[in-house]
Amino acid sequence: MEIEIRGLHKSFGDTPVLRGIDLEVARGETVCVIGPSGSGKSTLLRCVNLLEEPTEGRIVVGGAEVTDPEVDIDAVRRRIGMVFQQFNLFPQLTVAGNLTLPQRRVLRRSKARAAEVARENLARVGLLEKADAYPAQLSGGQQQRVAIARALSMGPEVMLFDEPTSSLDPELVGDVLSVMRRLAADGMTMMVVTHEMSFAREVADRVVFLDDGVIVEEGPAAQVVGAPRHERTRNFLDRVLNPAAPRSPGAVSDEPGAGGGPGSGGGPDSGGGLDSGGGPQGVSDSGRG
Amino acid sequence: MSPRLTRRQRRRVSRGAQYAVLAAAVALVAVLADWGRLAQQFAQPDLAGELFPDIITTALRNTVLYTVSGFAFGLVLGLVVALMRLSSIAPYRWAATVYIEFFRGLPALLIFIFVGVAVPLAFPGTEIPGGTYGKVALGLGLVAAAYIAETVRAGIQAVPRGQMEAARSLGFSYPRAMVSVIFPQAFRIVIPPLTNELVLLFKDSSLVLFLGVTLDERELTKFGRDLAGQSANSTPILVAGLCYLLVTVPLSLLVRRLEARTAVERPWR
Ligand SMILES: Nc1ncnc2c1ncn2[C@@H]1O[C@H](COP(=O)(O)OP(=O)(O)O)[C@@H](O)[C@H]1O
Ligand SMILES: [Mg+2]
Repeated sequence: MEIEIRGLHKSFGDTPVLRGIDLEVARGETVCVIGPSGSGKSTLLRCVNLLEEPTEGRIVVGGAEVTDPEVDIDAVRRRIGMVFQQFNLFPQLTVAGNLTLPQRRVLRRSKARAAEVARENLARVGLLEKADAYPAQLSGGQQQRVAIARALSMGPEVMLFDEPTSSLDPELVGDVLSVMRRLAADGMTMMVVTHEMSFAREVADRVVFLDDGVIVEEGPAAQVVGAPRHERTRNFLDRVLNPAAPRSPGAVSDEPGAGGGPGSGGGPDSGGGLDSGGGPQGVSDSGRG
Repeated sequence: MSPRLTRRQRRRVSRGAQYAVLAAAVALVAVLADWGRLAQQFAQPDLAGELFPDIITTALRNTVLYTVSGFAFGLVLGLVVALMRLSSIAPYRWAATVYIEFFRGLPALLIFIFVGVAVPLAFPGTEIPGGTYGKVALGLGLVAAAYIAETVRAGIQAVPRGQMEAARSLGFSYPRAMVSVIFPQAFRIVIPPLTNELVLLFKDSSLVLFLGVTLDERELTKFGRDLAGQSANSTPILVAGLCYLLVTVPLSLLVRRLEARTAVERPWR
């Protein structure tokens, strides 16, 4: 078991955000985490590499207990790559610099070795020719692929993605998703928070539906996304897949995508239709129409 | 004025009025001031000539030395205070806040007198290393550090949170992330305000006047005042003033250019 989460609770002050999460991710498995905004998806991911400190519970990654107070957290984090919604590239460094600096400073790799690994990973995300560009000169999709290459350059055993395509223009989503798809096919262990249902259906070995800090439903993508058993899952998927559909007021939650319309940034409305493999739910309806 | 004026006409009238006020003010000063007496007191070419080269090789040189040493000490101390201010340990934060408010709340002159009098009293027999230069560095630096600390703190906090999170998730320790990722970005943000601080220090170095210095240690203001006294003419003051402007104006223009540049560069993500 590559990632093992047991009885995870997390509160901010008096506000419980995660209320008892049990989850396992096997080596080479890709698990997609879906759920309404504010349900605790980011917090769950950030607990795995201790960007947030769990209030209670146990997390083991690759045999090392992350939640052990004695653990060398920097050593653990080296083995866990993380990709953020906002890319978070280092703006003062070139693309090559973004990839080599962490290798040099953290892994103490030689200059030549770091540059070699950087080139390999830039080639992997199809951006070798951008090595000397600065992040500000790249499109959002290119920045996100650089961020993935930067994480991969550290040689992680696990990759965490927190809504990697949510701040991208719809036409750039596909490139990032295809990089992730290839990574999954290559056997990387991945936890992906996403609103891209077609990606989840096609790539995820398992889908976890999180709502209000608990896992409501979990299973193969075809089941959770294709034939959800729980009312809450159905409601959520309905809102994500048909954001423009009329709804009775009672069914509308605080989900930002609920109003439909491409203006609601970061919502689950972007780019579902760009992916191949639409399913029975009529994915093409979810693209910005 | 008729209320029938169009907007453009009104704007023209308003501009005309502003120019008229300006012209009147200039004319008034030109007519009323006694230019002859002023010229005699402040602009004696032969007296000005006698100031050279000493006003450059001694006075301006010392002003620069005092400023640079005060700035260097202030920068180091200010950086430490800024990091204390951002520390997760509360007593450090308190100490930093007290320091900043204390030294920003007192006139620099008072600090200078304090350094000149109290330090020798408190530590009898010990000399501040560097003699006058050391005392000036201490006096200017203590004050400058308070302002620099606030500038640096703001610069560090202006770096987006995601940068630290990205660095930590790559395995950087906190101090290493600070040095490798946060400082280089904060540095670009604080260069213009720090240059401004340098201009302020350059002028504040005139407070050396109150420390009692030897002839060779005089800086521009003291030098100008001494020579004005000797010659019973204020020309040296004017020349000393021009020497200040020679340095401060280009620095201020530089700050403006730097600020314009960072404003353009800032659509950083
Ligand atoms: N640092 C924090 N301090 C306080 N509350 C937080 C913090 N981070 C997240 N929260 C709260 O926790 C809840 C879950 O947030 P998050 O995990 O970001 O949700 P999601 O990623 O599913 O949208 C939200 O209500 C959010 O306001
Ligand atoms: Mg989130």
